[in-house]
Amino acid sequence: MIVLAQAGRDLRIAFRARGEMAHPVAFFALAVTLFGLGLGSDLQTLGAVAVVVVWVIALLACMLAAESLFRRDFEDGTLEQMLLHGRPIFLAVLGKLAAHWCVSGLPLVLFAPVAGFMLQAPTQALPVLVASLAIGTPTLAAIGAVAAALTVGLGRGGLLLALIALPLYVPVLVFGASAGVVAASGLSALPQLLWLLAMLAAALTFVPFAVGFALRLSQEY
Amino acid sequence: MGRLAAFAHRLGSPRWFFDITGPWLVVLSVIGIALVTVGSVWGLVFAPEDYQQGNSFRIIYVHVPTAHLAEALYLAMGAAGVVLLVWRMKLADMFIAVTAPVGMAITGVALLTGAIWGKPTWGAWWVWDARTTSVLVLFFLYVGLMALRQAIPAREQAGRAVAVLAVVGTVNVPIIKYSVDWWLTLHQPSSFSLTEPPTMPAQMWLPLLVNVVGFYCLVAAVVLAGLRNEILERESGTAWVRDWLARKLRGSVA
Repeated sequence: MIVLAQAGRDLRIAFRARGEMAHPVAFFALAVTLFGLGLGSDLQTLGAVAVVVVWVIALLACMLAAESLFRRDFEDGTLEQMLLHGRPIFLAVLGKLAAHWCVSGLPLVLFAPVAGFMLQAPTQALPVLVASLAIGTPTLAAIGAVAAALTVGLGRGGLLLALIALPLYVPVLVFGASAGVVAASGLSALPQLLWLLAMLAAALTFVPFAVGFALRLSQEY
Repeated sequence: MGRLAAFAHRLGSPRWFFDITGPWLVVLSVIGIALVTVGSVWGLVFAPEDYQQGNSFRIIYVHVPTAHLAEALYLAMGAAGVVLLVWRMKLADMFIAVTAPVGMAITGVALLTGAIWGKPTWGAWWVWDARTTSVLVLFFLYVGLMALRQAIPAREQAGRAVAVLAVVGTVNVPIIKYSVDWWLTLHQPSSFSLTEPPTMPAQMWLPLLVNVVGFYCLVAAVVLAGLRNEILERESGTAWVRDWLARKLRGSVA
């Protein structure tokens, strides 16, 4: 109930500022363009690294988006009210995560095939690329939420958030990127996708508690 | 209260910890220096050459202990993080604060010796093998912990925030441990296992074992010394620290 209410509220706020919703995808497209420009003359190299490039850029976009996850609520006092109202904070965190992923993660997943085509990714790898991003980006959002919650009270997220979140992203990237690479070579990527699912389950189980803890702390900095 | 509970209860007092660890520090330092000296001389001079790697394998006597410690120190910080978050034990926070720089330095040594070993063995200073990469990630985890602590001005809140991060980061350490089995890679399998006998001859692995134990003792001594300094600094306003300092200046305590 709290989950749905929180997710609904966050989605409504997000839809009122539609321009901001385009930011992650715009960043994604821009970074893809930069890679295309950098490697463009060499289509073979581009195609060979395309899947991995898409994954890394999606990861960076998720990290950049994470910074705004609690920022507004922290600044206008909503976060304090959420912590004070006595209901389990982890449920509200789950709701916020769900809404956050719909706004920042889902567009990346939907845009990924386009990015894959732009970077000459092998066509048979694209379904697996989309599937791995669909499973992997919620995990990235969850991990990013921990870093965002730890840094939200400091008034300067940015690089500190990156320092905290990026090392924790590594296992997701390893399995996500290798899923695409394996699929590109014509093998089954099922093990990698199952690993990603396992990590998602673990992240959704543990992360809301860590985030709740960190959010409580953020009120005391 | 059982004995263990009583011990845990007393650990809540930094003063009590400071008083009892004075002798420990001496014992750990002496054992550590002795073991590392014996293990290093034995390993570097008397152990036989490797039949494939020649003398270059001897860096193992520094590489393996530091690589072990890099993981162990992070796990210890994760455990201390749980203790801090659940029981609010001040000593746990001090332990994390002291251990993070030590662990980062040790991880740096493990990476450096790994690179030096990799050049003659694999033909490259650095390879993106699962385990070398994982240790690099571990290094960054230490960096993140220290950066977060420095970014938060209030000491108590900084301690708890770092504890949260240490606990979260600890999930990464099992991945390091088992990555060798998950991705079959360039890195040779672990030298030691609890269930299998070592594949090296005893003249090779015995000095390694001595060095591993010695490094553990030495690093424990370093952490303990840092912890004692941290206690003195944080409790510097209290009467017992002033008394201790007065006695120290008179020369009546070690």
